[in-house]
Amino acid sequence: MIRVKNLSYIYQPGMPFENQALYDINFEIPDGDFAAIIGHTGSGKSTLIQHLNALIRPTSGSIEIDGENICDKSADLKSIRSKVGIVFQYPEYQLFEETVYRDIAFGPKNMGLDEAEIKDRVYEAIKLVDFPEELLEKSPFELSGGQKRRVAIAGVLSMRPKVLILDEPTAGLDPHGRDEILGQIDRMHKENAGMTVIFVSHSMEDVARLAKHIIVLNHGRVAMDGEVADIFARGEELEKMGLSVPQITQLTRELIARGINIRPDIYTVDFAKNIYKELFCAREEKK
Amino acid sequence: MIKTENLSCAYGEDEDKYLVIKDLNLHIERGSFTAVLGHNGSGKSTLAKHFNGILLPSGGKVYVDGLDTSDENMIFKIRSLAGMVFQNPDNQMVAAMVEDEVAFAPENLGVDPAEIRRRVDRCLEIVNMTKFAKTAPSRLSGGQKQRVAIAAVLAMEPECIILDEPTAMLDPSGRQEVIRTIKMLNKTKGMTVVLITHYMEEAAEADRVIVFDKGEIVMDDTPKKVFSQTEKVKATGLDVPQVTELVHALRKEGIDLPEDIINVQECADAIFERLK
Repeated sequence: MIRVKNLSYIYQPGMPFENQALYDINFEIPDGDFAAIIGHTGSGKSTLIQHLNALIRPTSGSIEIDGENICDKSADLKSIRSKVGIVFQYPEYQLFEETVYRDIAFGPKNMGLDEAEIKDRVYEAIKLVDFPEELLEKSPFELSGGQKRRVAIAGVLSMRPKVLILDEPTAGLDPHGRDEILGQIDRMHKENAGMTVIFVSHSMEDVARLAKHIIVLNHGRVAMDGEVADIFARGEELEKMGLSVPQITQLTRELIARGINIRPDIYTVDFAKNIYKELFCAREEKK
Repeated sequence: MIKTENLSCAYGEDEDKYLVIKDLNLHIERGSFTAVLGHNGSGKSTLAKHFNGILLPSGGKVYVDGLDTSDENMIFKIRSLAGMVFQNPDNQMVAAMVEDEVAFAPENLGVDPAEIRRRVDRCLEIVNMTKFAKTAPSRLSGGQKQRVAIAAVLAMEPECIILDEPTAMLDPSGRQEVIRTIKMLNKTKGMTVVLITHYMEEAAEADRVIVFDKGEIVMDDTPKKVFSQTEKVKATGLDVPQVTELVHALRKEGIDLPEDIINVQECADAIFERLK
C-alpha cells in the first residue's frame, strides 16, 4: 500500500527561481492496483513519481510504503529502490552496458545477489518482456528502438519490484509497438498477483485500456482521484485541464448532447460496440 | 512542390547494405496537406529528411520546387523553401529568448535586420505566441515550444513545412494547439504541409494519407479511402481512429453505417440519423 499524505514540494526554496511543483497531495494506492497518473505538461507528474522511490524528498508531508515512511532520514534507500522500480521516459537512452545481459543484471548485482540468482532474474525478466534469449550477448546499442525499450524495462523488473512505475511507456511508439508494450505490462500485472503498477500517460486511449484507477493532477494538485469510468464521464472538466477523453467517449458525449439516451461511461471500443449494437437492435424491434 | 524520382536510400555498404527507401516515386503537390504513416523503422523519417537535403539520395533524385537536393549550390535555398520541425521540442531550441529563436534562421540567411524584426513579429503572431516573445523557451509548455519551433521555420518564409512527429511528446491540449496551427497554415496561408505522425486522428485531418512500409508506399489516398480499409491498415502495424474501428465492428454485425467514417462528428451524425 502506498499512502501519500499532505505532500508538498518546492524546487529551489528561498532562491529567485523558487517554484512550487506539488501542493498538499493526498492519495492511496492499494497493493495490486493498476493506476494511471494523468495531467497536463508541467502538472507535477514526474516530480510526484520521483518521490515514490525517494529520488526526491518532499518539502513537507510524508510517503508511506507498506507502513514505512520513506521520507525518514533513517529509511533504507537501497531497499526502497529495489521495492519501487521506475522506468523513466524514453528509457532506451539509459542503457549503458556492453551487453544486454549485463545491462539487465546491473540492478540485481547492486543488490548484492550471487551470480546464479542474478542469472535467474535476468532470464525471468526477459521472459516477462518477450525479449529473445539469443540476443542477450548483443550490445544494447545494436537493437531496434522497441527492443531497447524492452531491455530497459527488463532492467527494472530484474529487481523484482513490488511497485512498478512507468513514465509514458508508449511515447514515440507506433500503434503496433504500443499494443505490444501495453499487452506485456498488462500480462505482467495479471501474472504477478500483488504487483502494483503505476503509469504516467498522455494517451487517454492507453489509460482507458489498462488502468483501474486514475489520479488527475492539475497545476500541482490532485484534481480527481477515482475509477476510470467515473473520471472519463467528466470530460468537460478534463478538457479545461488540458486533457481529453478517448475518442470513443467523445462520441458518446456528442450523442448525449443530441438527446440520445446512452450511458456516459463508455471508454473502450469493445464496450462501445456492444452498447451501440443493443441500441440498434432495440430500434429495429420497435420498427 | 516536392518530387522524388526513383529515390532510394541505403545504409551500410556491400553485403550489409540495407535499403531503407526503395525506388520511390512521389509527388507532393503545392498547397496540399499530406500525412505520412508507418510503423517505427518503416523509413518515414528517413524519407522526410530527404525532403530538405538533410539526407541525400543513394540513388535517384529529389526535387524541391524544381531544385535538385544533391546540388550543393542549392542547399541553402532548398532548406529555406522546405523547413523542418522535429519531435523533441527541447532538442531544437538554440536561443535564450523566444524572439531570438525565431530570428535565428533569417539571421543566418543574411536577411536585413529591419526585415528580421518584421518576420519575427509576424511569425509569432501566426502561431499565437506574441505575448511570449521575451520569454525563455525553457519556461514554455511542450505545445508552446513546438509552436515556437514552427514560427522559427516560418521565419525563413518557406513554401513547405515538414513535421516529424511534432506531437509525440505533448499532452492532449498541446497536441491540439499544434494541429490547429498546422491546419491553419495550410488552409489560410496555402502552405504545403507534410506531417509524419503515429496519431491516426491527426492523419484523418489531412487531404492525403500515405502509408509507408519497408521503404515503399503501400497505400496512398484520401484519409477516408485509406482508413476504411481497416484490416489492411492494421496489417502494416498501424491503427485506425477509434470511431472508424467502431463503425467497422458494427458493420460486421450487420448494422448499416457508411464505411468511410473517420471523425467523431461524422460518426455521431451517422448514428444519430439511424437512432433518432
